[in-house]
Amino acid sequence: MSTNPALEDADALSNAVSSRTRIDAELKSILSDVLGLDAEEVDDFSPETGLFGHLPELDSMAVAGLLTEIEDRLDIIIEDDELDGEMLETYGGLLTFAQTKLHQH
Amino acid sequence: MLRTWMPPGGLQDELVIAFEKDRASRILVLPAWYDEANKLRRFTVQVMRHLDNLGIDSFLPDLPGCNESLAPLQTQTIAGWRSFARSAAKQFSATHVLAIRAGALVSPPDLPGWRYAPQTGAKMLRAMIRARTLAAQEAGRKETAQGLMEQGLREGLTLAGWPLGASMVEELANTPSPKLDAQPEIAQSEVGGPGLWLRAQPSEDTDQANKLAALISRSLDASMNGRP
Repeated sequence: MSTNPALEDADALSNAVSSRTRIDAELKSILSDVLGLDAEEVDDFSPETGLFGHLPELDSMAVAGLLTEIEDRLDIIIEDDELDGEMLETYGGLLTFAQTKLHQH
Repeated sequence: MLRTWMPPGGLQDELVIAFEKDRASRILVLPAWYDEANKLRRFTVQVMRHLDNLGIDSFLPDLPGCNESLAPLQTQTIAGWRSFARSAAKQFSATHVLAIRAGALVSPPDLPGWRYAPQTGAKMLRAMIRARTLAAQEAGRKETAQGLMEQGLREGLTLAGWPLGASMVEELANTPSPKLDAQPEIAQSEVGGPGLWLRAQPSEDTDQANKLAALISRSLDASMNGRP
């Protein structure tokens, strides 16, 4: 373990980056399973890519399935009152929500 | 491939998809439920076709209240479907059972077989209630999971278009997925690729259906040769 504060900061930063990358990869993998898209197509998703209300196949049942799968794979519980239009509307919204949730965890 | 049968206590004939050639192994197939039933329907019958090619009989009866059944869905219960599954196993002289997803909740415990990616009632109910709160939110109505659950336990509930009676809501919330040694779980990872129930729309995957049928056939061969 490092006793140098600068090095600890660097560790924390690199952990944060790797956790962001991991969550991003996991969410994209779930979306590819739900939407039946190839990994390459989902890889092109940007924070602005529209989800609920933008992709016709993502109806409420599909979104509910998506959230359940996210809970299982990221080992989190998404409470009812945490669901809002913003978090489900774009890929960026979903990613930010998952990151915040995992940090609380 | 299609025929009808009269379940005990039934009011009329019910439909069954049967690949029946009087072979030694006869598998009762218990399908996935509700939304997942649609998404996995084609897959389920594809698995049965592959089993047929591998020399194995199989039977897929409509659950009462589902598909072409004339029984109302809102009066169905897990206890009722369990007794139906027992009767079907007897009627078709099933030697094994293949329970798919929530089908595992009603699998006859005394039959050997397999549980494919078993799903708990609680998880399924949670997702269906969530779908309804999301749809309400989109429509500008306010519904909470807790409020819907209370309503469901009191008077039943329509979730994702499926009318569930109060007993069914209560049973879904409280019936644990059975762990039966005689019916080992086949996890999705063994079949390969993402489970088709995850898909937003019904789809198919011949490779997965082939793989599941092959796993079952191999397991049957092993048990006939006295291996676990």
